Amino acid sequence: MREMDSYIARSLWQDRMFACLGVLCTVFGLAALCALLVKLALDGASRIDWQFFFSYPSRHASRAGILSAWVGTLVVMSVTFCTAIPLGIAAGIYLEEYARKNWLTHIIEVNIANLAGVPSIIFGLMALGLLVYLLHLGQSVLAAGLTLGFLVLPIVIVATREALRAIPTEIREASYALGASKWQTVWHHLLPYASGGIATGVIIAMSRAIGETAPLITIGALTFIAFLPPSPVSPSPPFLSLDWLHSAFTVLPIQMFNWVSRPQQEFHLNAAATGLVLIVFTLSLNALAIIIRYRMRRRIKW
Amino acid sequence: MQDQYLLENRAGDAPVLETSAASPAHLTRLKRVRWREWPIEMLLFGAAGFSILINVGIVGTLIYESLVFFRHVSLWDFLTDPLWTPLFADPHYGILPLLCGTVMTSLIALAVAVPVGTIIALYLSEFASPWVREAIKPVLELLSAVPTVVFGYFALLFMTPLLQKFIPDLPGFNMLSAGLVMGIMIIPYVSSLSEDAMQAVPMLLREGAYACGANRLTTALRVVFPAALSGIGASYILAISRAVGETMIVAVAAGMQPNLTWNPLKGAATVTAYIVQVSLGDLPHGSIGYQTIFAAGLALFLLTLVFNILGHLLRRRFREVY
Repeated sequence: MREMDSYIARSLWQDRMFACLGVLCTVFGLAALCALLVKLALDGASRIDWQFFFSYPSRHASRAGILSAWVGTLVVMSVTFCTAIPLGIAAGIYLEEYARKNWLTHIIEVNIANLAGVPSIIFGLMALGLLVYLLHLGQSVLAAGLTLGFLVLPIVIVATREALRAIPTEIREASYALGASKWQTVWHHLLPYASGGIATGVIIAMSRAIGETAPLITIGALTFIAFLPPSPVSPSPPFLSLDWLHSAFTVLPIQMFNWVSRPQQEFHLNAAATGLVLIVFTLSLNALAIIIRYRMRRRIKW
Repeated sequence: MQDQYLLENRAGDAPVLETSAASPAHLTRLKRVRWREWPIEMLLFGAAGFSILINVGIVGTLIYESLVFFRHVSLWDFLTDPLWTPLFADPHYGILPLLCGTVMTSLIALAVAVPVGTIIALYLSEFASPWVREAIKPVLELLSAVPTVVFGYFALLFMTPLLQKFIPDLPGFNMLSAGLVMGIMIIPYVSSLSEDAMQAVPMLLREGAYACGANRLTTALRVVFPAALSGIGASYILAISRAVGETMIVAVAAGMQPNLTWNPLKGAATVTAYIVQVSLGDLPHGSIGYQTIFAAGLALFLLTLVFNILGHLLRRRFREVY
């Protein structure tokens, strides 16, 4: 009996020890995240003011700002959004609702899985050889936006497929039973139900694209840009112009990389401030995605 | 049996319609609807097939530009020359120093991410209450959402000064701090995917272990871990592939000097950092320096491809078991 007791005591002690180790490792991960945020905030907060947001980069660290960088991020993201979202959702719908189980579908799936695993810098090389030189897009907003769009395409596809797969087959059958065609079923029933999951994936994809640096450096994004892309609307006819697509650009992460790789300490402060802006962007997007996912799980019960 | 029916049903073209006994007029209407929707299906198919185009673009570009490179440099030199100095007056094109940097930083990163990530996964899956698990997992995943250039800043200006307190003669650019920070970045890849794999282990196995008198730790290590091994392995391989392809952390914190050394306290360029370094300069399109980045990129692509295929095979096994 005593042996039994000591065995149980030892077992429980082992459990408790490992639980402590687990908590320790978890805290290590969380502490690293906190240290990162605190370090950025301590270094960068002093540089954040209106002047910083509305000045161009400069040789003088204290006068430099991120105007061209955040405008660049905005325009590149709009191209990425318009590429990755329609393509990704359409591909997801096809693979989940239309595709037959044959070799072609299998090839497409393998390709998407491979795209998801290719390092981002390889997308940059592809864009450099193909978009910049072969298609003569130049080192432009369009080339950058397309590159990032291709990069995040698998995220959108996978999110769309998972959202569609979660919808019970009964919904589809009910729709067919009432005489709806395949597309009517997808458009009126499946997409609305899947919208939460798709939105989560889209947000994650955009937050990934905002922080991506390497592929844009590879296509030769200039780091010193003291002008803005031409405005898409103009007061004289034809009122709308697409010149901004062909403009040179810089984005927030590239601006940050430029500043952090300089030896002077003052530029490091600028880098920290840029990083702070960047991280606030991406983390709030991610938080939004988590909230949507959480609310969706509570609301929809099949 | 019913599941089989449903699967077939979803894979085809709404076959429910065809099974109903319909008049010929009704059937022609159905056919017309299907014909009218044909362009939509083709459009969706085109979107899905676009991924093939992107892959062809990637492989085509890399091979095309590398072929030009290998006309100047023999494959043997590329793989065995211990020097990588393509931009010097006396150029050498040996990929070994760059691969060495990549392997060293990745090994350091894995030495952090694999044990820490696995322990977190075991803890969250087998020890923590569901409430804790649901709260911790998304927060940890934020670690992999942080832009990598921000991690680079963190490595250069936080981790390196911190390490220099313990190792006084550590240079400003070193593989150790880049690798450590990279390890922190890939913790969530290991922990989240491993935890998913452990959650997929049937409860019966755990109950069996408990009934035999095993405690939680023994159950976790001897029952759940082996049962989820292929999923856990897939998460390790994803982590490796991320570490090998990671660019900005090493470009900022490990320096850009190709260096054939196994000493983690030194700085060294990785394959990715070299590509960044060349891209920052103004190399004319078509020069040999320009083509070196495609040769380096091809080496990187093949490396990650091997790991991706391995991971894919492991994941497939994992799916078959349950």
